[in-house]
Amino acid sequence: MHNTFEHIKKDFPVLKDNTFAYLDTAATSQTPQSVIDAISDYYTNYRASIHRGLYPVAEKATQEYEKARERVAEFIHAGTDEVIFTAGATASSNMLVYALENTFDLQEGDEIVISITEHHASIVPLQEFARRKKLVMKYIPLANNFELDYNKAAELITERTKIVSVMLASNVLGTIHDISKIVALGHKVGAIVISDATAAVGHIPVDVHHLGVDFLYFSGHKICGPTGIGVLYGKKERLNSLYPGFFGGSMIDVVEKDRATWADDISRFEAGTSNIAGVIGLAAAVTYLEDIGGTKAIHSIVADLVEYAMQELKKIEGLTVYVEADVRKNTGIVSFTIDGIHPHDIAQIAGQNNVAIRAGHHCAMPLIEELGLSATARMSLYFYNTKNDVDRLILSLQKAVKTFK
Amino acid sequence: MDEEIYKQNILDHYKHPHNKGIFSPCSIKQDGKNVSCGDSLVLYLNIGNGVVEDVSFEGDGCAISQAAASMLTDKVKGMSVENIKLLTPGDIYTMLGITISPGRTKCALLAYGTLCTAIKNYEKLLDH
Ligand SMILES: Cc1ncc(COP(=O)(O)O)c(C=O)c1O
Repeated sequence: MHNTFEHIKKDFPVLKDNTFAYLDTAATSQTPQSVIDAISDYYTNYRASIHRGLYPVAEKATQEYEKARERVAEFIHAGTDEVIFTAGATASSNMLVYALENTFDLQEGDEIVISITEHHASIVPLQEFARRKKLVMKYIPLANNFELDYNKAAELITERTKIVSVMLASNVLGTIHDISKIVALGHKVGAIVISDATAAVGHIPVDVHHLGVDFLYFSGHKICGPTGIGVLYGKKERLNSLYPGFFGGSMIDVVEKDRATWADDISRFEAGTSNIAGVIGLAAAVTYLEDIGGTKAIHSIVADLVEYAMQELKKIEGLTVYVEADVRKNTGIVSFTIDGIHPHDIAQIAGQNNVAIRAGHHCAMPLIEELGLSATARMSLYFYNTKNDVDRLILSLQKAVKTFK
Repeated sequence: MDEEIYKQNILDHYKHPHNKGIFSPCSIKQDGKNVSCGDSLVLYLNIGNGVVEDVSFEGDGCAISQAAASMLTDKVKGMSVENIKLLTPGDIYTMLGITISPGRTKCALLAYGTLCTAIKNYEKLLDH
């Protein structure tokens, strides 16, 4: 690692203020200077549209864009012809579902199996697909310890199942799911298996081929990249036969008055002018994460912090955690409630003390309901956090308890 | 640092809410929800001769939303429907007596919004 932990904060302009405890990375991460510089370099020195211009800066922009694709592909162990840039996880999910609808002729009564922990970005596009085609949605429930119930998954995934979608890690519980197991169940019945990896990428090593998923997606802004950029990975064999889900310029081969054909490379899934600065920024973020030691090292820093946080939270009267307690299987998320204090009030008091946490349903309403709650407070940790950040939160929680006593 | 929003009167109303409970039958029962933070509210109103004769609420949520419901139900008891229709969000902020940040307006105005809907629905009922 070129940085020790204390020094890492210095890479992040926003975190230089050491009275600010940023514990909301699961909402969005902070940006290191190197990413800001990469974006700024594009806008300052070689802004141009890609894939078309025949002048030096356009060639440079195209080169950087395609280099970025290589960088990001390597990061998740995918091929460069398997990585599609999108506007984010939500855009990936919507485009994918529409592409699947265009490609497969699903019939009334066909089933989609997803986990109860899914984010709205994964649930709602599939739900809308189900509504249009009269498909049936089924949910894999939780077992004990906030793990998924894999036995139930095995019962739910049947010959009728056409699509399975299970997130790689939960943005509420932190749990890393056993996606390989889900893939085995899904593929046994010929279903397409999708994984929302937004809460996992940048936290743990992700190898798409090892996982075996057909499709996987995530957002750049949760891994130190800019907002408005994301990735949709598709296994090559799947992409080859996938009809596009988003149409316009840049993705076509020939356009006639009443029909069009599609480009024969990955660009057929990247309609319109891409978020070029975003792609370049995302690649810079990936480079940064690898320079500081890579996801394995990041996960071990975060695991230590989760362990510390769990121990310190025990000091707070009436506090309950909803969390994957095995820190090796947690991506840095600790959700909790405190008796007699609404999560929103907890977050407000923390905020008044310059401690950033999140309160609410975290875009996972079915899960929050399953837990019998209406909201949780959530702290989310990343490699740039320190025990001192956790201590500051604990102080705020003590204040909250005192205020509401 | 910001001005303290958890002033004693807010906390008092939150911990010991006024007019909390269900009554039935009632002239109108209205659900309200602030999904983004998980606040919920049900208002029960008894209206006679154009005046709110009695009002109560049930709910679950943050201190701001619940204290606002407690204070607002106090305020509208005995008030005419016509006067209730003149209430504005500004009146609610004044009633709470604290600065409401943009992130908390939905909490502060949950009871008010639910009351407005209740009155609209009540008037629709009368029209029929
Ligand atoms: C697990 C998970 N999936 C999907 C999303 C959606 O990401 P975005 O809002 O960047 O599209 C998020 C972030 O909110 C998330 O945490």
